[in-house]
Amino acid sequence: MKIGVLALQGAFIEHEKMLRTLGVEPVEVRLPSDLEGLDGLIIPGGESTTIGKLAVTYGLVEPLRQFAQTTPTWGTCAGMIFLAKDIGIDRQPILGLMDITVNRNAFGRQVDSFETDLPITVLDDVPFHMVFIRAPVVTGASDGVEILAKLTDGRIIAVQQGHLLATAFHPELTDDTRLHRYFLELVKSYSKKLA
Amino acid sequence: MATNGTHTNGGEETGTFKLKAGLAQMLKGGVIMDVVTADHAKIAEDAGACAVMALERVPADIRAQGGVARMSDPDMIESIMKSVSIPVMAKARIGHFVEAQILEAMGIDYIDESEVLTPADEENHINKHKFKIPFVCGCRNLGEALRRVSEGAAMIRTKGEAGTGDVVEAVRHARTVMGEIRRLTSMDEDELFTYAKNIQAPFALVKETAELGRLPVVNFAAGGVATPADAALMMQLGVDGVFVGSGIFKSGDPAKRAKAIVEAVTHFNDPAILLSVSRNLGEAMVGINVTTMPEGDKIAQRGW
Repeated sequence: MKIGVLALQGAFIEHEKMLRTLGVEPVEVRLPSDLEGLDGLIIPGGESTTIGKLAVTYGLVEPLRQFAQTTPTWGTCAGMIFLAKDIGIDRQPILGLMDITVNRNAFGRQVDSFETDLPITVLDDVPFHMVFIRAPVVTGASDGVEILAKLTDGRIIAVQQGHLLATAFHPELTDDTRLHRYFLELVKSYSKKLA
Repeated sequence: MATNGTHTNGGEETGTFKLKAGLAQMLKGGVIMDVVTADHAKIAEDAGACAVMALERVPADIRAQGGVARMSDPDMIESIMKSVSIPVMAKARIGHFVEAQILEAMGIDYIDESEVLTPADEENHINKHKFKIPFVCGCRNLGEALRRVSEGAAMIRTKGEAGTGDVVEAVRHARTVMGEIRRLTSMDEDELFTYAKNIQAPFALVKETAELGRLPVVNFAAGGVATPADAALMMQLGVDGVFVGSGIFKSGDPAKRAKAIVEAVTHFNDPAILLSVSRNLGEAMVGINVTTMPEGDKIAQRGW
């Protein structure tokens, strides 16, 4: 199984470490040609404006969009913003693939960043330690979007739409590999479907 | 307020070290640019900066104008915070914990306890554990880096020599830190005790660094980066990202140079891309040759 990690800017090395602990050798994606032969892709946290601009300059937006239309892709934090159809502003490039509306920096500035423990529907009952850093939140989701986790106040922080997964928090900053394993299972079941 | 800066509210914790260090992790592979106006900040954001450092004078001007360099006017910093969506950092003087309290009250995203400003305390740095806001601090070697981490710094930058446009000191400091870490990884525990004593750093952090084979927090380069090649050089030496101070807005075409440096940091291992982004950037900042600079003019030696 070949999993790519978008390596334009941000916490891509943390995702790569998680994948290695699960026995998967990651591929860093900086140019369109790096997408060839990948079974799945992770779009990491970082600054979404920076990642978006670099993706435009190096002709990655359309290849990424085509890739993620058919191949399992998981966005964390900035990656969630990148996957969304609506982020409330037009000037930032996005892939626009998931039927969700995302509010950037929904919680405020760094002083409002927080950690908490909450369950995720598709995992076991043990709460997941979630790290939110200047995080986005899902403010609207269409019918086809499955809601995987919510804050205690009801705000949506993890969603799945078919082969696309998005989380507002950073599992790659913890030692909990359950979501990475869940994504790898998604990749496996998806490649079986194609085969 | 809890004395360690950490707050708990209905199962949600804020101000933890994980969150402080985590924001730096999100900045990795990026460029943090010094800006003095909201317009500069927008140029930096449009060029792809992952954060900006708001200050009244870039280091080159602090050097040229002399006098005491202090924390910038809160109004000026706030105007920059309002103008961009990326994180905004600001500088406090070494040891000036009240400047840091003021910056925290403004809700700044990161504080740089910086040798570029005139030190307020020539023995003690700020106790950074007391704050909810993360701090970045400069270092010239591993001992200095780990002393800052033990005081609560959630991010480190090698100092270089700010405001010169000469990368030689940035290289010296990065090579020193990386070389010391490489030596650490080959020592047994007995030797680590002595090494920790010799570099005046806490043993626990020395041991952690040896186990990780890198600093326990994110480490950027700073002080003298003026070209895309400089930025890529620092990345290839092993830093996680780059601060560019005077190098952008003291050059002929700041927008173009800023974008080129951002691209050089992402593609730091791709000479073909480095070639293409290095073309036609206009004039680089004139700069000062550090080797011929009087010792007293060097600011990297501030910090203890």
